Amino acid sequence: MRLSRTAKIVLTGLMAFGLAFIYVPLGLVVLNSFNTNKAFVWPPTGFTTDWWQKAFVNTGIRDAVSLSLSTAVFATAIALILGSLAAAAIARYKFFGRDSISLLFVLPIALPGIVTGIALNNVFNSFFGGLTMYTIIIGHATFCIVVVFNNVAARYRRLGSNFQEASMDLGANRFTTFRLVTFPLIRNALVAGGLLAFGLSFDEIIVTTFTSGAGQTTLPIWIFQNLFRPNQAPIVNVVAAALILISIIPIYLSQRLTQEDRS
Amino acid sequence: MSILSNTQRFLHERPRFRVALLLLLPLLWLLVLYVGSLAMLFITSIWKIDTFTSKVIREFTLQNFIDVFSDRAYFNVTVRTVGVALAVTLICALIAIPMAFFMARIARPRLRPILIALVLTPLWASYLVKIYAWRTMMAPEGGFITWLLEPLGLNSPGFGMIAVIIGLTYLWLPYMVLPIYAGMEKLPDSILDASSDLGAKSGRTFRQVVLPMTLPSIIAGSIFTFSLSMGDYITVQILGGTFQMLGSVVYQNFSLNLPFASAVALIPVIVMIIYLTLVRKTGALDNL
Repeated sequence: MRLSRTAKIVLTGLMAFGLAFIYVPLGLVVLNSFNTNKAFVWPPTGFTTDWWQKAFVNTGIRDAVSLSLSTAVFATAIALILGSLAAAAIARYKFFGRDSISLLFVLPIALPGIVTGIALNNVFNSFFGGLTMYTIIIGHATFCIVVVFNNVAARYRRLGSNFQEASMDLGANRFTTFRLVTFPLIRNALVAGGLLAFGLSFDEIIVTTFTSGAGQTTLPIWIFQNLFRPNQAPIVNVVAAALILISIIPIYLSQRLTQEDRS
Repeated sequence: MSILSNTQRFLHERPRFRVALLLLLPLLWLLVLYVGSLAMLFITSIWKIDTFTSKVIREFTLQNFIDVFSDRAYFNVTVRTVGVALAVTLICALIAIPMAFFMARIARPRLRPILIALVLTPLWASYLVKIYAWRTMMAPEGGFITWLLEPLGLNSPGFGMIAVIIGLTYLWLPYMVLPIYAGMEKLPDSILDASSDLGAKSGRTFRQVVLPMTLPSIIAGSIFTFSLSMGDYITVQILGGTFQMLGSVVYQNFSLNLPFASAVALIPVIVMIIYLTLVRKTGALDNL
């Protein structure tokens, strides 16, 4: 498509504006974590690493991080199993009710988190004997299934069935075919979906608010509880800045996965 | 014959059984646990409450719905919530369409993966962190926005509806950019060339060829921006000041009067179901 010079300049400008809109707030959080001013008055008044040191030895933060990590690990594991099973059925077979079922799998992310949250809360309290760490995991797994499902289903659709058919024509049985042909082909989609599920679970607050038991403070809940306390503001800001910097790891990993897929 | 090869043959001859086997666990989880919980919640909305103990009494009543629909205040909250969700969706689309177009059609192929990564990055940054970032920026005293607008003689909007719309737009923007980018990348060059060969200028090609063809992707993005905004109450608490949305009403009533909270929670679900059925025909769901 041929574009006029002005159109190109305008579009480049809009792209730059979009990126600035995305990055200025995040950049400010990181800068503010070194700001000596406790109320983060802009522009910063001085440079300090005090807040980082204080946050690092804070036991509340440490407990919250470890709870968040373990719930995310379990929720991701459940999502990987259930999501890839569902993807194998829906992307590779045609059957009655398939469209309704694939709509069902989108439901946990299409419906507002607060609805999922109070629905699960009600059931956990009535039938599961109250809220624990396990109810957080169950709640998280429910919406994590969707992202694994989406990733793996997309991969299955792109692959088609030629490879599996070739393998079985050559005499491999269903299990051997899965082990040696199908699994290696969908492995990257599984990892990508798993990463996303992990990130989603680690970050989730709405469903977590309603599914976590007393004293079960995940990191997002810890941040939320301390957000309105002026005294804690610098430490909350450090946690926020740390989370922004740490998010580079999954981005790097998922970038590498897409590059691997291309080659 | 071994058991293994027997199973092999059994499975091979029965594709339906294979599907059932694959779907058994995922469906059990989603239907029994998730849909079951939703059903339970909405049954609760036709039950009574003991006003002294806040305990649910399992007796039929339509009072909760009468309360929701007869009170003008809840109608207003609903209108406000749908309005905010629509505004967020619209602003996201307005920012995302040129970005996606630039990424898919103007940027050199080598630059593309970098731009995608740049747009994707904030998805990995925590939801709360992003809203927190805007809370510091929007602070009326000494916030970045105040600092930015003061020389222009403008005031920061402070906390309220505008801050909520900005915050939600910020949160869900990547969900809008990505599907539109994918849709625009798929457009065949030949069609765009045909349009300009037939004399259409770039603006016209964009309006009459690119936009209609990427509409399903735009709608796919809007499902996220709309739904995620409809149910939000955390952003509203952090950036909204006294401003309230449906999610806030559900949250406030949830522990004291669950039946009433369930009745209110049904509103965003109904709005979402209407929205999903409307867009299903456009093929947007395959673009998620």
